[in-house]
Amino acid sequence: MGADLSLRNTADRQTSRRRPARPQLIRIVTITALLLFVLFGFPQLLSLYYIDTMTQVAVYSMVTLALGVLVGRVGLVSLGQIAVLAIGAWVAARLLFATTQPYPVILLEAGLITMVAGVLIGLPALRLRGLYLALITLMFAGAITVVLATLNFPNGGHGFTGYNGSLVHIPPIRRPSIASSDPAYFRYAVIVAILMFALVLAHTKTKPGRAWAAIRQSEPAALAAGINTTLYKLWAFALASFITGVAGGVLAGAVHYLYSIGFPTQDSITLLAVTLMGGVYSMWGAVVAALLYQFLPALLNNWGVSADWLTILFGLGVLQVLTTAPAGLADQVPKDLARLGRLLSRRFRSPEPGKTT
Amino acid sequence: MIEVTGLTVRYGGVTSLDNMNLTFEQGTCGLIGPNGAGKTTFFNVLSGFVRPAAGTVHAFGVDLLSMAHFRRARWGVRRTFQTEQAIEELSVFDNVAMVHEHSKLGAATRRKDVLDAIEFTGLGAVAPDAKVRMLTAGQRRLVEVARAVVGRPRLVLLDEPAAGLPDEESSRLADVIRGIPEHTGALTILVDHDMSLVSACCATTAVLDFGALIASGPTAAVLRDDAVIRAYLGVA
Repeated sequence: MGADLSLRNTADRQTSRRRPARPQLIRIVTITALLLFVLFGFPQLLSLYYIDTMTQVAVYSMVTLALGVLVGRVGLVSLGQIAVLAIGAWVAARLLFATTQPYPVILLEAGLITMVAGVLIGLPALRLRGLYLALITLMFAGAITVVLATLNFPNGGHGFTGYNGSLVHIPPIRRPSIASSDPAYFRYAVIVAILMFALVLAHTKTKPGRAWAAIRQSEPAALAAGINTTLYKLWAFALASFITGVAGGVLAGAVHYLYSIGFPTQDSITLLAVTLMGGVYSMWGAVVAALLYQFLPALLNNWGVSADWLTILFGLGVLQVLTTAPAGLADQVPKDLARLGRLLSRRFRSPEPGKTT
Repeated sequence: MIEVTGLTVRYGGVTSLDNMNLTFEQGTCGLIGPNGAGKTTFFNVLSGFVRPAAGTVHAFGVDLLSMAHFRRARWGVRRTFQTEQAIEELSVFDNVAMVHEHSKLGAATRRKDVLDAIEFTGLGAVAPDAKVRMLTAGQRRLVEVARAVVGRPRLVLLDEPAAGLPDEESSRLADVIRGIPEHTGALTILVDHDMSLVSACCATTAVLDFGALIASGPTAAVLRDDAVIRAYLGVA
């Protein structure tokens, strides 16, 4: 009987792989509709200020996605992600000034070069975890900030650094020819972000995802299952750095001019805070985190309120998440809404008090 | 068959295993002793988590100590842990499948092996898609056992698999453990404090005390041994 049951369930699994079940289908349709609305509706509805903001949201959703992989999937806390983003942006800017290669190729190269750097940062992770790894990655971020302040971002000069301090007319970092306007570049950034989300999805649903889940819960159990934990930890750093590097490339085109002060070390801490608030276990969490990180400050600026207040809000937010909602807002808000819906429907449907038996 | 010679493990000033010599031939063998005797350390050496200070371990003619820890699992050294370590967020199927993922067998054969292992442990009534976090403590133990027996393990190390289980589940587990050598052909080593479980499952048993082997042989004889009664079992 037991065997019949288990085999039948496996048969169901196989069928469900070929043809998505109804809830899954509804989900796919909803997400597609949402993405189409973002791609085509946003540029029509939003002012140029908010389109630029949403481009930044797309860029940082990749960064928070990558950080989510490290923290949520593998359990490795990195406080150096802004530095990794800066490396990606630097490499992309240098290549964009130096070559006439198509933009996607530049993004790929920026991603791959950043990946090599990211794996080097990840090496301490083979020995360290938790606070010590966070500290090491934070020191690394600080070191990169110092190096960038000396090196400067490329501004069309020559040589390895591509920086010329005496340039009067600094040329902007180019964008792809098909996406030179702000709305078009917004769409471009969203599409790149979608591809990066798909890349992560392809990992989490397969062998690496299972290996990461095992490593996060218990490294001895992972080793006892024959998982090469060294390989998979470095793999996670490689994937996260690749995605962050690509995001850096998109950022370079978005802002046209890059300065080392745009990548302060402490931003890595804020980034971790919003990533935790958004939710590290789901991909929606990355989007929520990017909205918190980029959209909320833009909104406050537009209202004339200093975005510095957000530090307090994020502090409280992290406290709330760590104590009551470890899976973040992306998990908690839908649950709370469902609970509210049930409460309201019970209130309206329930018979008057006294009539119940 | 496993042959251990001169195995010594030290943690700082503490000697956990002291020049241990041991041979287990086949079937299910018991390894007992008081807390701190070195039983789990021995398992940790076999699975590669602890590097011994001296000694050799040969399993089926292969020098186990020269193999990287994750490769030992792929080669066939499987184990369960004192505190159960099934991966909570994955399904029963994925928990077992991840151990077998490294084999070169085709996907269909691997899937069949995984379902066989789940069925063998008596977890057949649980949907393979069920997440482990939804299972009872006893079922989780069985998921760990399924992880240990899937595919073609050579050496199955069970570290107090019945700890904390109610009697009924413990006796079901005994049935499963007894079946492992026949089902997989693997040499099974059982560490447990439950003497009825050890007597029920193991034909031969070895006893450790303060890192040294104090007795080994047929289980019934070992349990009557004066030195074993003095060091571990106590006088009733």
